[in-house]
Amino acid sequence: MRKMKGCVSLFFTMLKIGLFTFGGGYAMLALLENEFVEKKKWMEKEEFLDVAAIAESTPGPIAINAATYVGYKTARTIGAVIATLGVCIPSFVIIFAISLFFDAFLSLRMVAYAFKGIQICVVYLILTAGLKMLKQMEKTVFNVILLSATLICMLLVSLFAVKFSTIFMILICGACGIVVYLLGKIKKGEKQ
Amino acid sequence: MYLKLFLTFLQIGAFSFGGGYGMISLIREKVLSYGWLTEEELLNMIAVAESTPGPIAVNMATFVGSAQGGFWGAILATLGVVFPSFLIILFIAALMRNLLKFAGVKAFLGGIRPCIIGLILATAITTFISTAIGLSSVGDMPSIDVRGIIIFAVLIAIGVVTKRVFKKNPSPILMILISAGFGTLLYSL
Repeated sequence: MRKMKGCVSLFFTMLKIGLFTFGGGYAMLALLENEFVEKKKWMEKEEFLDVAAIAESTPGPIAINAATYVGYKTARTIGAVIATLGVCIPSFVIIFAISLFFDAFLSLRMVAYAFKGIQICVVYLILTAGLKMLKQMEKTVFNVILLSATLICMLLVSLFAVKFSTIFMILICGACGIVVYLLGKIKKGEKQ
Repeated sequence: MYLKLFLTFLQIGAFSFGGGYGMISLIREKVLSYGWLTEEELLNMIAVAESTPGPIAVNMATFVGSAQGGFWGAILATLGVVFPSFLIILFIAALMRNLLKFAGVKAFLGGIRPCIIGLILATAITTFISTAIGLSSVGDMPSIDVRGIIIFAVLIAIGVVTKRVFKKNPSPILMILISAGFGTLLYSL
């Protein structure tokens, strides 16, 4: 019975978080921490830092990763399912409703003009998101080489309309990470 | 159709690192190559996803799914994008709490991080070239959108000033509203 109650509470908390986070994963991490560490005390502060690290470095939306993890910590697999559903439902309902009317809305001339401006803004937002991450990145030789290689490669791919999936690019860069790590280890071994 | 939606978003969910903007390059590649959206529609969709609550990735999946396959399309695309994260996190939480502490995994992620930043910057540059300069590949004739470039310059100026004065980046929603205003004004001239 107590578990049931916990699950219901988990679901509604996640629903609330899904409904009130604007701006994606990082904004959501702050809200999750506030709810689960400070208000409900379902998790320790340190444990939450772990969650944040895991959510950021595993693939998939950061918010979903964090919600699944927190849900699992609270009530195991059932908790994970409930938390993930809870956090997705508000966006799903809102976006689905918008998608039904969006085309009609865009056929108004003024709205279409407004969206032409907004399209430029989205390019600006993507650019600033990238630049912000660039600023935070450690500027090691390895990082700079991989970043420039990816950038140049993807620009050429899109300009010459070559079929090359970004998935390969991601896997190649991950493999480079491992190769460099192994080389470093071998070098260290030689010195000893 | 439904299966393709589900599998595509499954791939996007499994290979997108670094949150919402990190997945834009992959989503862009998929939806443009399948002809599900045009570049302009994609940018509209990102704006809607950014200005409504919830994870950007879920918003985008729901939107594309709904446009392609109605209600069930939306459900399948959303499930697809969520499923890989759900499984991976469940695995880590239940069995491998230390997965991220292994040196090999760390090295792999260390290689991916700069790659994602490169992908985001490349996406920004290519979308700028295709929307403002009207070039989507080298063969095209450029048709320069002067108004678009003016709006872009204004946004950069606002961004730089806000950063100087308030020491932080302006909120994306505010920037979207400002650009909507400029868009209505400039394009109706």
